[in-house]
Amino acid sequence: MEKIATRAAYGQALAELGEQYPDLVVLDADLSGSTMTKAFAEKFPQRFFDMGIAEANMTGVAAGLAACGKMPFVNSFAMFSAGRAWEQVRNSIAYPRLNVKVIGSHGGLSVGEDGATHQCIEDYAIMRAIPGMVVLSPCDGPEMRLAVKALLDYEGPAYMRLGRLAVESVTDEVEGYRFELGKGVQLRPGTDVTVVATGMMVQEAVKASDLLKAEGLSVRVIDMHTIKPIDKDILVQAAAETGAIVTVEEANVLGGLGGAVCEVVSQHHPVPVIRHGVKDEFGRSGEAKAVLAAYGLTAQDIARTARHAVEKKKGPKA
Amino acid sequence: MDNHTLALTAARARLLGLEMVYGAASGHLGGSFSAMDVLTLLYQEEMRVDPAAPRDPGRDRFVLSKGHCTPALYPTLALRGFFPVEELGQFRSIDGHMSGHAEMHHVKGVDMSTGSLGQGISAAVGMALAGKLDGKDYRVYALLGDGELEEGQVWEAAMAAAKYELDNLCAVVDVNGLQIDGKTSDVMPTEPLDRKFESFGWHVVKCGGHDFDSIRAAFAQARANQGAPTVILAATVKGKGVSFMENNAGWHGKAPNAEQYQQARAELEARIGELEVQ
Repeated sequence: MEKIATRAAYGQALAELGEQYPDLVVLDADLSGSTMTKAFAEKFPQRFFDMGIAEANMTGVAAGLAACGKMPFVNSFAMFSAGRAWEQVRNSIAYPRLNVKVIGSHGGLSVGEDGATHQCIEDYAIMRAIPGMVVLSPCDGPEMRLAVKALLDYEGPAYMRLGRLAVESVTDEVEGYRFELGKGVQLRPGTDVTVVATGMMVQEAVKASDLLKAEGLSVRVIDMHTIKPIDKDILVQAAAETGAIVTVEEANVLGGLGGAVCEVVSQHHPVPVIRHGVKDEFGRSGEAKAVLAAYGLTAQDIARTARHAVEKKKGPKA
Repeated sequence: MDNHTLALTAARARLLGLEMVYGAASGHLGGSFSAMDVLTLLYQEEMRVDPAAPRDPGRDRFVLSKGHCTPALYPTLALRGFFPVEELGQFRSIDGHMSGHAEMHHVKGVDMSTGSLGQGISAAVGMALAGKLDGKDYRVYALLGDGELEEGQVWEAAMAAAKYELDNLCAVVDVNGLQIDGKTSDVMPTEPLDRKFESFGWHVVKCGGHDFDSIRAAFAQARANQGAPTVILAATVKGKGVSFMENNAGWHGKAPNAEQYQQARAELEARIGELEVQ
């Protein structure tokens, strides 16, 4: 089983696909060693632009490049590409519908030791709030490589989060797995409750499903790599067939994956939904795994929430 | 184009701008009128554009970084032949697509959607960079306000343009000295602009922003400059062309009432009349 950070798989994919996509240009803000754009920079120095620690300008420059037919990928930590330059993304990229891919590396709490100022837990929500923006959060190396290719073939503005930590592959062993923008993927079948997860929480959701299986609970796991546009069909089906949903994200529980799922389920097939994630608080420094554990983002925590969801669907006690 | 025809075109553009803002009961005349002469010469003489092929990949580009000055840009584009002047009547109206701030998908000839200050210059840097990358000879122009220079992003863009030696980029700063809250020197001083841009690695050219010979010479100098971007600091008068709007910050973003409109129209029509008989 491959163990690789999604940012590393992203960097490999960019460098590999650079040949096939001559209009692909890559911009970074003094973090190319961390965002892993360095491989592309070394292979295609003419098409790589280090814009310095100036994310607002980097975002606008990408817009201008796109207006002239280039396919820019702009890179920084999620905190800065999605956060600091949010209004540039909105007004210079999304509103004119320019073909720019905004990449947010080191998303979520798992940037770890750097602490709250660098732990972006709002990117899903703030990027999703922009009209027409596609929002992606692939969970493992193989999925990330497919996502990069899909983004290159998609014309329009999109945001994608990359993770810092090396993670095990969970999609490559799933029979019939295929990546399609806007389509969730069922990684585990189940009938008692559905866990919808994104990014590196998918691995934890799969582990939670395995843990609960031993207790006799049948937990469906959906890998929701595309948070927007969200896959309505797979959610409605899960609501109908399992009667309860848990969403899991390494992000604030307000407005991100949980919000997107609630919007669909409440309108099309209301069932209990419990949003598992960061409970509207800032992160703090610590070794990444310890931070994730401190904020309840482990398989055990997800299993507990899933049990609770199963209880909840039985309704109030008579 | 001769100076007389430029002056007449600019005067007509001002009248069209006035009609737009009065018709919409909102819009930005002060900064539009200060920039009108520069824009007129730019589109009538300096830029390589073809209204019949507004998306030609080889065309020169223009970015209205002070994106609120559509009462200058839209009439300029209409008078250059990009679309009929009648369409200006849809300005800021729900029934049309003449957006309050510059919009690239519905208004022919607009190369970049702008409005949020400080962002257009970055897009212009990106366009110039793309031109260099593709070995194309088109030039990129951007128009900024002097108040706009308070946005930090402008200086991020200035660093990047110098780093990539974008001598195909020419920024013009409409130095009218006023912004919404008053004098730029009071609200947030941006001078000395020449020394600031020079220290950021730009060629600096100064011109009188209502003197066509001076504007023409500045653009010629910009084209001759090699190895670095050029900024033209154009000394202008906010509200230029209408006596009671000139040098008055209150006319930044206000529509005239009926009486003011009549007076402004009379002044602009008189100017057009004078130029027509010459």
